[in-house]
Amino acid sequence: MADTNTLTLTRTRRAARLGESAPRPDGTPKVTGQFAFGNDLWAEGMLWGRTLRSPHAHARIRSIDIAPALKIAGVSAVLTAEDVPGRLEFGLEHHDQPALARDVVRYAGEPVALVAADHPETARRAVAAIAVDYEVLEPLIDPEQALDPDRAPVHPDGNIFRTINLRHGDTAVRGDVVVEGTYEVGMQDQAFMGPEAGLAIPAEDGGVDLYVSTQWLHIDRDQVAACLGLAPDKVRVTLAGVGGAFGAREDISLQIHLSLLALHTGRAVKMLYSREESFFGHVHRHPARMWYRHHASEDGRLVKVEARVLLDGGAYASSSPAVVANAVCFSTGPYRVPAAVVDGYAVRTNNPPCGAMRGFGAVQTCFGHESQMDKLAAALGIDPVELRLRNALATGDELITGQVITGAAPVAEVIRRCAEAPLPDAPTELPLMERPGGAGRTADQGDVRRGVGFAASFKNLMFSEGFDDYSTARVRIEHGVVTVHSACAEVGQGFVTLAQQIAREVLGLDNVALHAADTGVGSAGSTSASRQTWMSGGAVEQACQAVLKDVLADVARQYRLDRADLSLDDDRIVSADGGFSLPVVEAVAGRVYDQTCEYHHPPTVPLDANGQGNAHVSYAFAAHRAVVDVDAGLGLVRVVDVTTAQDVGRVLNPLQAVGQIEGGIAQGVGLAVMEEIVVEGGQIRNPSFTDYLIPTALDMPTVSIAALVEEPEPGAPFGAKGIGEPPTISSTAAVASAIRAATGLELPRVPVRPQDITFAER
Amino acid sequence: MSDTVSYRLRVNGHDHDVVEGWLGESLLHVLRERLGLPGSKSGCEQGECGSCSVLLDDTLVCSCLVLAAAAVGRDVRTVESLTSDDGLLSPVQRAFVDEGAVQCGFCTPGLVMAVHDLLDRCAHPSDLDVREAISGNLCRCTGYGRIFAAVRRAEEALSADCPDDRSVERSVQVRGREGQHG
Repeated sequence: MADTNTLTLTRTRRAARLGESAPRPDGTPKVTGQFAFGNDLWAEGMLWGRTLRSPHAHARIRSIDIAPALKIAGVSAVLTAEDVPGRLEFGLEHHDQPALARDVVRYAGEPVALVAADHPETARRAVAAIAVDYEVLEPLIDPEQALDPDRAPVHPDGNIFRTINLRHGDTAVRGDVVVEGTYEVGMQDQAFMGPEAGLAIPAEDGGVDLYVSTQWLHIDRDQVAACLGLAPDKVRVTLAGVGGAFGAREDISLQIHLSLLALHTGRAVKMLYSREESFFGHVHRHPARMWYRHHASEDGRLVKVEARVLLDGGAYASSSPAVVANAVCFSTGPYRVPAAVVDGYAVRTNNPPCGAMRGFGAVQTCFGHESQMDKLAAALGIDPVELRLRNALATGDELITGQVITGAAPVAEVIRRCAEAPLPDAPTELPLMERPGGAGRTADQGDVRRGVGFAASFKNLMFSEGFDDYSTARVRIEHGVVTVHSACAEVGQGFVTLAQQIAREVLGLDNVALHAADTGVGSAGSTSASRQTWMSGGAVEQACQAVLKDVLADVARQYRLDRADLSLDDDRIVSADGGFSLPVVEAVAGRVYDQTCEYHHPPTVPLDANGQGNAHVSYAFAAHRAVVDVDAGLGLVRVVDVTTAQDVGRVLNPLQAVGQIEGGIAQGVGLAVMEEIVVEGGQIRNPSFTDYLIPTALDMPTVSIAALVEEPEPGAPFGAKGIGEPPTISSTAAVASAIRAATGLELPRVPVRPQDITFAER
Repeated sequence: MSDTVSYRLRVNGHDHDVVEGWLGESLLHVLRERLGLPGSKSGCEQGECGSCSVLLDDTLVCSCLVLAAAAVGRDVRTVESLTSDDGLLSPVQRAFVDEGAVQCGFCTPGLVMAVHDLLDRCAHPSDLDVREAISGNLCRCTGYGRIFAAVRRAEEALSADCPDDRSVERSVQVRGREGQHG
C-alpha cells in the first residue's frame, strides 16, 4: 500500500477511503430531523402499547384483574403471562426472565401486564386500571446475603449467577510491600438519549415484522420467536434508528411485548418508553464491592495480587456470567502479575437487573486496581506513573489467566505518551463558572485545590470463552453500485461510515449504498465488546474480496489475461506488467456480482476451574490523566482536563475515532463524579434526568488526545482494534485519583459524591 | 377520549389544524404525532434533555413542556424549518455533519436549534458562552468536543456570509430556557 501522504493526495477528489475522515452517510438525515428513530415510526391505524410494572422489589402475585382496563373505550388488548403462547422466559445466555411475571415479581419495575389502546393516554389509564393483588415479600437487597447458602433463593435457578476462583502462579508468595483496600462502584446507567421504542406489524403468514432500536437483531429475533412459539424465520427484525445504546439494548426490553400485542390484536402496535420507564426497562452497569491486596518487591515489581470482586447482578442473569469473567480477567490491570488469587462472584438479588455497559466488568475492577497502584506507589515512594511503567504488560507476557499476549500491547507507550503530555495551566483566579459547582454553588477561589491523577487499563475485544460471535456480510454490485448488507446495529458508533470506506477501499468503487440492517441476512453479532470494526468490518472486507475475485476473473476471461497477473490499484484493475489498465467502474458495467461471507475470529476456550485458559481474542489498552479542581469544604469537584493515549491498532476514520474517545471519556467522568442509580430497598429513587445526572457541556472537561498509538494488530482486518470501550474504563479511575491528590482523602468509592469529600474522616 | 379540542397552530410558516386533540397533549406530541414533523425528538418529556428544542416566538423552549393548545397564535419554528426547500443544509447543520458532531443523532436536532439560537443572538460567543448555551441539551455519545468544533465552524461560515452584520461582541446574555430548570 502507498504511504499515507500519497494516499491522501491522490484521493481527495473522490469519496473517502480507509484512514480518512469520511462523513457519516446518515449525517444529513440526522441534522435535518428526518432520520427515523424507533419512536419516529408510524403505521396506519396503529395502536399504542404500554407496560404495567411491579411497584414491589419482591412480591407474590395473588391475582390480576384486567376487567376494569378492558372496559375503557379504546382499549384493544390487555395481556398477562397467561397470554404468552411460547416459552415464558427469555435471556441472553440463560432463559430465566419471564416476559411477563406470572407468580412472582423479583424487582421493582418488572413487567406484569401489557395494554394496547388507541392513544397513549388511553393506554396509560388502562394500565392504571389493572388491579394486581400482591403479597409483598422481603426483598434480598444485599449482594453479600445472596452468597449465603442458607438464604432462600429468589429464583428457582438460585442466587449465584457465577463464581470464578482464579488461581495463577505461586499463590503462596508474599511481597516486601503489601497494600490493601476495599472499593465500591455505584450502579451506572447507560442513559442513552433515545428511550426504548419500536413498532410491530402482524404479517399475513402468522409472523411479525418488528422494527426496533437494538444492538443485536438476531438474538432479539430468536428470543421473540421462542416466546411467541414461532419459527425464527416468522420473526423478521429490522433495525429502527438507534438513539445510543452503550450496552443497554443488548437485552430484550419491549421486543417480545410489542410482538405479543401485535399478534394478539392483529394490528400494528407502537411502543415507546418514557425516560422514567427507560430506567426500569433496561439493565444497568453492575454495582461492585471489591477487596484488593497487592504485593510488590521493594523495587516496585508486582509479585502477587489478591482480590475479591462481588457484582450485584440484580434479579435476572442477563450477561452477568460474562461480566464477572471480564471483571476477574482484567482485575489486575495492564501489568505483569506473576501470581494472582482472584475470587469473583455475580449474584442474584431483588435489585434492578444488571448487564452490559461499555467496559463490561473491566470498569469496576479498573477502579480497584488503579486505586491500589496509587496506594502501592505511595507505600514504595515511587512515582505512580513510574510504578505503572515498571510493571507494564508487553507482547509475549502472560496474563493472570495464563494466556500469553500475542498481539500488539503498547502499554508502556500509552502510559508514557499520556503522562508526558503538557498539563493545563492552573490560573490563579478562575471565572466563577469554571470553579467547582459552577454558577449555582460557587466555590471561593481560595478554597480550590488542584489535583492530578493517572490510570491505565485494558479490556478484551470481541466475545470470549469459546463464543463464536461471527459476523455476516453480503456485498452486491449492480448497475455499478455496491450494496453492503449487514445486520450490524448502527447505534451511533459509525459502522455505516466504515462499511462504505471498506467497500471503497477493497473494490475501488465510490458508489457504496447500505442495505437496511435486518434479519434478511445472517447475524452480525452484537454491537458491543468493541467488536464491530473487527468482526463486521472483517465480514464486509471478506465479502468485498470475494466479489473482487469474481470481477478479476471476468476481466481475465474477457481480455484473455492471466487472472493471477491482475490486481486492484486504487480504482483500476491493472496487470502486473503494467500493460493493462481498466477502471473498476467500467469492468463491472452491466454485470451483477453477489457474495455473502461469514467472518469468524480465532477460537477461544472457556476459563477452567482455576480461571485459566486462552479465553480472549485480543485486547486494547489505554491510559488517562485527569486534572481536577476541588473545594473540599463544599465537596464540589470540577474536572478540568482529561488527557489520554490509546492503543488503536490503526485509525480507520480519524474523526470518528476522536468522537468515540471523547464520548467514552464523558461517560467515565460521569461515573467518577455524578452518575449513580440510587437504589433503596430495591427501589430506584432517581429515574429521571433531573435526579440521575449525566455530564452537560458545562460539566465536560477539556479532552486532549496525546496519542493514538498505531501498532497494527496481527490478524485484525486492516490492523485496527475496536476503540469504543477503553476511553470509559480508566478515565473514571484517573478522575478519582486526581480528587484524592487534591484532597488527601482515601475516597474508596465512585461516584465521589459531595458528602464523600465533605464528611470524610480526615 | 374526553377533553378534546380543535385548534390551529402556525408551524414553520404554515397553518396546521389539529382536530379533536386531547387537551393534555404537549406541543412535542402534536408536532410529532399529528403534524408529521418528527424532527423534534422526545428524550425525557421533562424539559431536561433539550432534544425537543423549538423556537416559540423566537424563544428557545422545550416543546415537551408546552401544551400544544397553548401555542395557538404563536409562531413555532422546528428543525424542519432550517433546511432550504431544495434541501440545502443550514451552515449549522452543515458544520455538525462536517465536524463529526453527530453520532447517534438523537440529540442533534435539539442541539442544532440551540446553536442557531445562540449564533443568532451572538455572532462570536466565547467558549463559556457556547458551553452555557448548549448546557440544556444533553448528548450521551460525543462528550460535546465535536459539537464545540461544529459551533466554531458554523460561526466562521456565518461570519463569512455576512461579515458586517456580525458584531465583535464576545459576551452574550444567556436567556433562561422557558419552562426549563436545571
